[in-house]
Amino acid sequence: MVTAVSFTLNGTAVAAVAEPAETLLSVLRHRLGDTSPKAGCLQGTCGACTVLLDGEPVLSCLLLADAAEGRRVETVRGLADGPTLHPLQEAFMDRFAAQCGFCTPGMIMAAKALLDRNPNPTREEVIEAISGNVCRCTGYLPIIEAILEAARRLAARR
Amino acid sequence: MAKHRGRGVASVNYPIGMNLGGDPSQALVHATPTGKFVVTLSSIDLGQGMKSVTRQLAAETLGVPIEDVHVDTGDSDTGPHCMGSFASRGTHRAGNAVVAAAREAKEVLLEVAAEELEVDPRDLELDGRGNVRVKGAPARALSVRDVAQAAHFKRGKSISGRGMFLVPPSDVDPDTGAMRPVTTYAHACMIVDVEVDDETGEVRVLSIKAAYEIGRALNIGLVEQQLVGGAWMGISHALFETVEPYYPDRAHGPTDFNGYLMPGPGDMCPVEIEIIERPALDGPYGAKGIGEMCATPPIPAIANAIEDAIGVRITEMPFTPEKILRALDAKRAGR
Amino acid sequence: MRIRKELFADERDDDLAIVGKPVRRQDIEGHVTGRTTFFDDRLVPGLLHIRCVRSTHDHARIRAIDTREAERVPGVRRILRWADLPKKAHNILTIFNFGIDDEPALADGKVRYRGEPIVAIVAESLRAADEAVAKVRVDYDPLPAVFDVEEALKPDAPLVNEYIGRNWFRYWGDYDCQQIRFGDVEAAFRQADVIVEGRYQMSPIEHAPLETQGCIVVPGEDGRFTVYTCTQGLHFSLDNTAAQLRLDTNRLHFIGGTVGGGFGGKVDTVVEPLAVLAAMLTGRPVRYVFTRAEEMQVSSPRGAERVYITDGVTRDGRILARKIVHYHDAGAYSRLSTYGTIKSAAHHPGPYWIPNVWVDSFCVFTNRTPSSAMRGFGVTGGDFALESQMDAVARAIGMDPLELRIKNAYRDGDMKAHRKLTEGAALIECIQVAAELARWPLSEEARSASSRIGGGGDRGRVPPTPPARTRLSDRGEGERGRETSRIDAAERPSARATTPPPSWLRSEARAVEARAVEDGARRAAEGGEGRRREEQEPPEPPRPASGHGALRFSSVFGSRRR
Ligand code: FES
Ligand code: FES
Repeated sequence: MVTAVSFTLNGTAVAAVAEPAETLLSVLRHRLGDTSPKAGCLQGTCGACTVLLDGEPVLSCLLLADAAEGRRVETVRGLADGPTLHPLQEAFMDRFAAQCGFCTPGMIMAAKALLDRNPNPTREEVIEAISGNVCRCTGYLPIIEAILEAARRLAARR
Repeated sequence: MAKHRGRGVASVNYPIGMNLGGDPSQALVHATPTGKFVVTLSSIDLGQGMKSVTRQLAAETLGVPIEDVHVDTGDSDTGPHCMGSFASRGTHRAGNAVVAAAREAKEVLLEVAAEELEVDPRDLELDGRGNVRVKGAPARALSVRDVAQAAHFKRGKSISGRGMFLVPPSDVDPDTGAMRPVTTYAHACMIVDVEVDDETGEVRVLSIKAAYEIGRALNIGLVEQQLVGGAWMGISHALFETVEPYYPDRAHGPTDFNGYLMPGPGDMCPVEIEIIERPALDGPYGAKGIGEMCATPPIPAIANAIEDAIGVRITEMPFTPEKILRALDAKRAGR
Repeated sequence: MRIRKELFADERDDDLAIVGKPVRRQDIEGHVTGRTTFFDDRLVPGLLHIRCVRSTHDHARIRAIDTREAERVPGVRRILRWADLPKKAHNILTIFNFGIDDEPALADGKVRYRGEPIVAIVAESLRAADEAVAKVRVDYDPLPAVFDVEEALKPDAPLVNEYIGRNWFRYWGDYDCQQIRFGDVEAAFRQADVIVEGRYQMSPIEHAPLETQGCIVVPGEDGRFTVYTCTQGLHFSLDNTAAQLRLDTNRLHFIGGTVGGGFGGKVDTVVEPLAVLAAMLTGRPVRYVFTRAEEMQVSSPRGAERVYITDGVTRDGRILARKIVHYHDAGAYSRLSTYGTIKSAAHHPGPYWIPNVWVDSFCVFTNRTPSSAMRGFGVTGGDFALESQMDAVARAIGMDPLELRIKNAYRDGDMKAHRKLTEGAALIECIQVAAELARWPLSEEARSASSRIGGGGDRGRVPPTPPARTRLSDRGEGERGRETSRIDAAERPSARATTPPPSWLRSEARAVEARAVEDGARRAAEGGEGRRREEQEPPEPPRPASGHGALRFSSVFGSRRR
């Protein structure tokens, strides 16, 4: 009954078995051991499971693993360049943009998708980009600031 | 049909720790052979920053750099008892235990250093950069690492400390209610500006300005996290949240985040806060707790602001558009 | 964010090296790299999963549970029932000798709220567990349910919880509520220029942590069980799990401390006991995690509260008396509500010095999801009421709401209603700073007020307090079919104005009121203050009317529930 699925996870080719109708989130967490995407609702309403599929943010709790076949999956685990953290990660640390940290992986991936296609977003664009991600702790303001800060830092690097 | 602005206030206090006391916390601190420190707890970090404030408290008390301290928590086999993370008790109760444990460990550290340097331990101090030195003669110093090495491998001493903090339990007089609920209170006053749309019944919070008296801000970054996050939750409680929208009728209970409404990132208003510190006599460096009180004042402040804006008082939470429109209808009908 | 160091400067030193600094969180790198390990990030091979069959009724007797079909679902390893529980009912505070064991972990033949777990399916996969849940047949015999706290106190209300024996919790042996008595509110109401009444209602609120509650239990080789959990009280949950399973505490090893948000919702210890039991009975590791829908409707919320406040106020803004009746909706089981009710009584009358205070704080049982602690437990609902009421008072006498608060704010040395002296007060300073931030004009008097000046003295003494006991007596204690209830106030006149008594007490209240009127007339004849009372339909609670015609402001009548 199980099927095989293969894709690139954070730059590495991976293959896993999956049950029929198994979600990408489940395959990432339970079959591949990447527990960075979180299961906040499994209903598609919280964004904690956000990963990038060919650069686009998707809710991995709603996406069947098959849909990732042959494609590029990115999670927050793969964001750092060796020991060097991504500017988004640095900014989240400096700006106190995480409390419990449960929303953080999804939040950062949603933000990464934004900055990859729009390196210089307005505050409104940042808000729009994370509007599918629930955070119960921070009141969002530090997250918005962190993303804007990361954009500035990325711009300074270029 | 128009939008109306209003301003509302609320001033509150908050009891720190479990009501009636009797809620202990313990901490252990020990040095590794190389002079780093581990704080062992069973206290819970649920986002409020338990691991971080206790780390700062230990580093401050020990007099060592923050990087030299690690907080290990959440294992019932190794972590001594802590009642738990609730009732705004973590900073106050566990914090006090950590300070006590760090003090005891520091005493041993200084004793060993005194033996090594052949001075009186009372003449020693830590420089905050990882060295023990003689007061007034900074050239006579030893690194904490060297002291720890000496303690472990030469003198057979454990640089460690135990800390315990308990507010003794209070009785309650059933007739009068005479009791000692807690030992210290935090305080706040909040002023909220809102805009109420009398056509849709929607309320938008435009700004929050507040003062919080919290005893001592142990980490101003963590304080701001709590106060901003709490303000958001307060707004959310005031305007959106309930699992029983028609309480006491059980119908229409939400089961997901589409039905259970909360303000999104675009709904959050600017928050301006100033901190007052009136140290608690029994708090760690005077600190109280802020985790809970910050979610409270927005609720009545918003209710008061709504009345200021449109002249109706909403007395049932949450202040949904439906309730506001019904109240406006009632007012127009002269009820 | 600025610290106003000039305030209380003589009480704070400023020589700390690390405390106060915005040091990065110790856990932050784990959070931003996704390496932080929450309980559900433990990857344990060979897990069994739990799902519960939950009541579809608010209140019903269970005639039969048919699990035969469910047992045949492939992958189902065990079905747990009430009979499997080592301890048949439990409350998490009884390990501290407080409260009553009143809640079975699985239904005991009756369900008392919608969503109550009846049997637990333990299966190889969540899919198998869900399939089996759908195949369990429960035959219910529905019972009348009660949802409103005041309805629940009626003598003919259905009894929610037989372990408790009545629909409210009795404190300290036989007190029907946690009461505060300080001074003589009735006498003070007669002195007041204005009486302001309010009724405030908070509905149940969900903690909604992004991580739903759950645990993973792994049987060890040494007869111990390791429990990875998101509890907010590690040893508290360990001790409670052991108590429920009648295990020695050292057979449990709890690992947690890193939690995806709690807000008070992860204290109740509802998942660990069933999961450990399942692991004991199957010898396998077990995972039990709430779905988001369970978290929303089945996990305990912040309980609903209803608060009635009556204030007696002078025209120049002194609150002479405050009388509060506070109903806490515990839902079907106590959980922590018995504790929160006391805390809420202790919190009244708010951060103000009020010379006459009366509080009746009731813990009431209804047929809804049991409520429990949430951020601000025992305080949030009260503060909503108190601070709304402060504005109602300000409006009633035409006073600036901040000036009113400063005027009545507690100061060092003031006696609180629970009879402890105020120390370290700072409400006035908070108001002053907030007013400054918002450019809210304050009078010179308000700007120069201080928490350290003006308190104590007469304000530091406990006033003469007539004894008054509020009783909701139920004849035939703890039995079904209680027939009469009454406030046992006849011999204690000051218990008269429990404000306002539930509607079912109206006839008694009227009788009591009539007596009070006679009383007043007699006292008037003797030269004391008489009482005048406007007739009102429907008969409402005894009202603290004053001899000199106090104005009355009330939100009580304008806000009947839908
Ligand atoms: S877990 Fe996927 S949206 Fe919540
Ligand atoms: S930090 Fe806890 S949910 Fe966002």
